[in-house]
Amino acid sequence: MAALTFCCFLTTAFNSHKASVYLGTGKAIVKNVPDYSANREKSDLGFIVFDMTADLTKIFNWNVKQLFLYLTAEYETKDHQLNQVVIWDKIIRRGENAMLDYRSINTKYYFWDYGNGLKGNKNVTLTLSWNVIPNAGTLPKVMGEGSHKFKFPDEYSANRF
Amino acid sequence: TGSESPIVVVLSGSMEPAFFRGDLLFLTNYREEPIRVGEIVVFKIEGRDIPIVHRVLKVHEKEDGKVKFLTKGDNNSVDDRGLYAPGQLWLEKKDVVGRARGFVPYVGIVTILMNDYPKFKYAILACLGLFVLIHRE
Repeated sequence: MAALTFCCFLTTAFNSHKASVYLGTGKAIVKNVPDYSANREKSDLGFIVFDMTADLTKIFNWNVKQLFLYLTAEYETKDHQLNQVVIWDKIIRRGENAMLDYRSINTKYYFWDYGNGLKGNKNVTLTLSWNVIPNAGTLPKVMGEGSHKFKFPDEYSANRF
Repeated sequence: TGSESPIVVVLSGSMEPAFFRGDLLFLTNYREEPIRVGEIVVFKIEGRDIPIVHRVLKVHEKEDGKVKFLTKGDNNSVDDRGLYAPGQLWLEKKDVVGRARGFVPYVGIVTILMNDYPKFKYAILACLGLFVLIHRE
């Protein structure tokens, strides 16, 4: 029985779970305000709107219970060589609609930097990744094919977003 | 696997619908492996025994490898800052018990039942004892 279960798991163990993703950004601004969720020091807070299109339906099979999607903004600052901030996430369970088509949507989480490294940052890369949650087995993370780079303005914005 | 405890049982519902109470997680903890967003890490808050299984939401790493990261349970609406020790805003590598690499559902429910219902534990032990006695060659 155990051998049968293991063989079932093996039939999906080597799937690639890959898919291509289109990402784009619209307006991007930066403010410099005290971060009350953290150390209360003035930190850079980014605001962006983004587009996302992807078809993830082919990734689902009998051993994919759920995909945990997360949109990561990755950038470098003078304080930290690597920064990764998840600004949006979503759970898609097997059977639910796995075609994504978003236009000009806001981030789900605040885009705080740990410091003041967003203003004038010329290279912020957005990628969409997913953690494959099986019925039983390994928990791989896969990055979608297709990233998008954008920059933040050189001046802080005092306006509403 | 380099981990202090390579298998943990999920104790709460904060990672539903991915993991439920009683699911079993297999961990690794290679110290050199970097912490990156999206990973499911098992960590302990200083001064507390209970390991927490949540996902990495933010990572800020310096050139020398020192990293600060923030976690959040998939099923929670806020990040874990409220769970950390007073004054603690970030987790560091030393807080990590392991990274979840694989999982099996339900199996760990036995350990939770044994913890919550001591009579159940004694019953299991009694049955095992009986089994051993009956099957002695």
